[in-house]
Amino acid sequence: MRLPITKLLQLAVTLLACAFLLVPAIQSVLAGLTVNYFRGMSSGLTLKWLWKVWELYADSIFLSIWLALACLICTAIIGVPAAYALAKNPGWISRILEEFISLPLAVPGLAIALALLQLYGTLQGFRTSWSFILVGHVLYTLPFMVRSVLAVLAAIDLKSLEEGAATLGAGPFRRFCDIVVPNAMPGILAGALTVVTLSIGEFNLTWMLHTPYLKTLPVGLADSYASMRLEIASAYTLIFFIMIVPLLTAMQWASNRAQRISA
Amino acid sequence: MQEGWTLPLLPSFSDMINRNFLLICLLPLLIFSLVFLALPLMRLFLASVEGESGWAIYLEIIQKPRYLSALIQTVLVSLAVTAAALMISTTAGLFLARNRFTGRGVLLSILTLPLAFPGVVIGFLIILLGGRQGLVNQLTPGHVVFAYSTFGLFLGYLYFSIPRVLLTVMAATEKLDRELEEAARSLGASPWSVIRDVILPGLAPSLVAAGAIAFATAMGAFGTAFTLATNIDVLPMVIYTEFTLSANIAMASALSIVLGLVTWALLLIARSLSGTTVAAGG
Amino acid sequence: MTLSLKNASKTYPDGTRALLPSNIEIETGEIVSLLGPSGCGKTTLLRIIAGLETPDDGTEVWFDKDNVTQLPVEKRKVGMVFQSYALFPNMSVSTNIAYGLKMQKRPRAEIEQRVEEVLTLCRLNPLANRAITALSGGQRQRVALARAFAPRPRLLLLDEPLSALDAALRDSLRDELSDLLRRLGITAIFVTHDQNEAMAIADRVAVMSEGRIEQIGSPEDLYRNAGSPFVAAFVGNAMCLGKVVQGNTLRLTGGELSLPDDAGGRGVYVRAEDVCIAEDGPLIGKVESVTFLGTHYRVGLSGVTDSTLYSLHSGLSAPRHGDEVKLRIAPEALMLLAEDKTYL
Repeated sequence: MRLPITKLLQLAVTLLACAFLLVPAIQSVLAGLTVNYFRGMSSGLTLKWLWKVWELYADSIFLSIWLALACLICTAIIGVPAAYALAKNPGWISRILEEFISLPLAVPGLAIALALLQLYGTLQGFRTSWSFILVGHVLYTLPFMVRSVLAVLAAIDLKSLEEGAATLGAGPFRRFCDIVVPNAMPGILAGALTVVTLSIGEFNLTWMLHTPYLKTLPVGLADSYASMRLEIASAYTLIFFIMIVPLLTAMQWASNRAQRISA
Repeated sequence: MQEGWTLPLLPSFSDMINRNFLLICLLPLLIFSLVFLALPLMRLFLASVEGESGWAIYLEIIQKPRYLSALIQTVLVSLAVTAAALMISTTAGLFLARNRFTGRGVLLSILTLPLAFPGVVIGFLIILLGGRQGLVNQLTPGHVVFAYSTFGLFLGYLYFSIPRVLLTVMAATEKLDRELEEAARSLGASPWSVIRDVILPGLAPSLVAAGAIAFATAMGAFGTAFTLATNIDVLPMVIYTEFTLSANIAMASALSIVLGLVTWALLLIARSLSGTTVAAGG
Repeated sequence: MTLSLKNASKTYPDGTRALLPSNIEIETGEIVSLLGPSGCGKTTLLRIIAGLETPDDGTEVWFDKDNVTQLPVEKRKVGMVFQSYALFPNMSVSTNIAYGLKMQKRPRAEIEQRVEEVLTLCRLNPLANRAITALSGGQRQRVALARAFAPRPRLLLLDEPLSALDAALRDSLRDELSDLLRRLGITAIFVTHDQNEAMAIADRVAVMSEGRIEQIGSPEDLYRNAGSPFVAAFVGNAMCLGKVVQGNTLRLTGGELSLPDDAGGRGVYVRAEDVCIAEDGPLIGKVESVTFLGTHYRVGLSGVTDSTLYSLHSGLSAPRHGDEVKLRIAPEALMLLAEDKTYL
């Protein structure tokens, strides 16, 4: 098949962009697995750098997983009922509120972190606990949960379904549990995967909020980039890729599914 | 009647139950965003004007060369990134949205994968590409190191802007009416004319939106600049050093507010044009 | 259960009066239809009865001897079939049907037994474990009815239960629904904009227009003794012939008609089936259109009145376009109706 020149050009740009994104990532993977990066692949492959990373940074990996799960629970508890309330009252007040909680998406994490630090930085017990970082993560991920659920709730015929349940004797709480939550599930799932993915990769806020004893995975990464040899930094990056790539794939799958429902 | 006034004048008992339940649903969000978003942001604003210079601190930003040049440099880099990301991602996005071939899924995955990479990781990847021990330096004769320069920063920002713009463009292309293109073809338009006369005008609002997203993300990106850690004075780095090294809290706060306002306003425009925003961050 | 509505009205916050103060009484076991064009307030009335709409002050809704006006919908024990059916997509057919019983906190064995019973009654047994998305429109309609009926509601409310179906299915399900409602033996109110549907299913029909109930009566009664031009036009498509200021002769473009009574300022109406094409008719008209409808022809005639007059002609052949024909209308087929609505 002969491609017209326009298509060939488009294909070339697409492939170049792919190469730009892929080549350094492959380099990083290889660097994490070779004995000596400067001598190249000929020095042989090894898992010792991965093991070394595990020894050095296992704590930060676990902290990140723990934070992501805690963040998921918080955003679900705060976000799902709130999305329902916003879906039921689609007035300008709801729009302003939605816009307001979405501020952490638009305003750089650095600014949000500075704000949190100035107000709560002196509360020692809070400042030094993991819950301080958690607050930052919840702030950043909450809008994703709310919007994801809101999009699905706006797409289904929520009003009729609820009225149907009400005529059958279900009060507000039962309707929420039996009708709203199960039918919003695709949105909740997509939101949940987004929250976990973003929480595990969050750096801007976390860097400002963390303490030397509480390092998350990306903070550990920054630390290794600054102070460790290239192979260790690469191996650590490899571990991060292994964690984040399946999550991202699942997140995109879930978001597409939720969008198909919304469409 | 006032617009937006939807409460019945005398809510009945059952209306009140429903209203109370909705209020309970909203309560956690209200409390959380008041305590951890509204109050801190207010504190940030107060901190910016509580310094020695008071309100004049916002004037200082444009008067002191150090801040002004940082501001200009940030805007310039962000503009360059936006232009490059728009060109690359629109081309690739149109190609991927309008053609079906083996390997398309793989290309799409590669192009969207960096969406969840934090800025630090992207900074590291740029170092692997153009750092002292980077690929380009190894492959080319002479000493070619660009990772720690403005160009390195540009590449880093481009790295995380490409997926965001691509997703916006592809989503908009899917929504474009294919019959318009077919009509143009049936009237004798060449593929290039179809793109120029039909597709690009149809995509225009989404392109503006995607551009705003790319620009705002680049303006606020911290992780990449932090990892490349050189003397590139972009706004987030200036804020960081003002806060941690100079302890100039008022200036750090003022710069944060300016930066926040700019990115927020841009994304607001983007959302009103396209209806969605892809995750900021980096 | 006897339902009585006193002074029921609904004004929206923007000032729109969806329902003007209306009274209606419905006896136990009766099937009543609320019939009217869209926007006439019929759905609002139904939703006030259900408790889904907050009525204006002064409204009273009585279920037998209980004033339920302030009772929220979930405590009223009404069964409702929604226009979109509102079946829960997250539940199977039988879980949908069991939901109301579950809300009443009935023992599980009883719920199972009742669900089985209702499934049989509505001929849904083979579909019991299906997902809602796997059902056809007609099946969904039956599930919606079964779900509303299963918790033994005091009253069954149906909002345009057939409108979501396509035309062919609607006709066959109309008779099925009528049969099923009678077998259930429950007081039922259903809203429709289709006069055939209302006639076929209901014991009594309430014709509504512009937020008020125009007339309530049996289908025959409404058809034969329409109380207002609106009812005559909406039920059976009566056409206006003209208005007589005085006396009992109606002068038309195409001739004169003698009336059974002194018209006294009332309008004269007639239905198409009462306009006969006959050699000895006193009226003359010109054939404008002929539509073959299987059992009969519908002939459009000009020159009789100011607008087109239709005649249902059941002969083996019909006049041709452009023919001049003579028409006869029996005096007893003419309806004399006053324009104003003071009879309420």
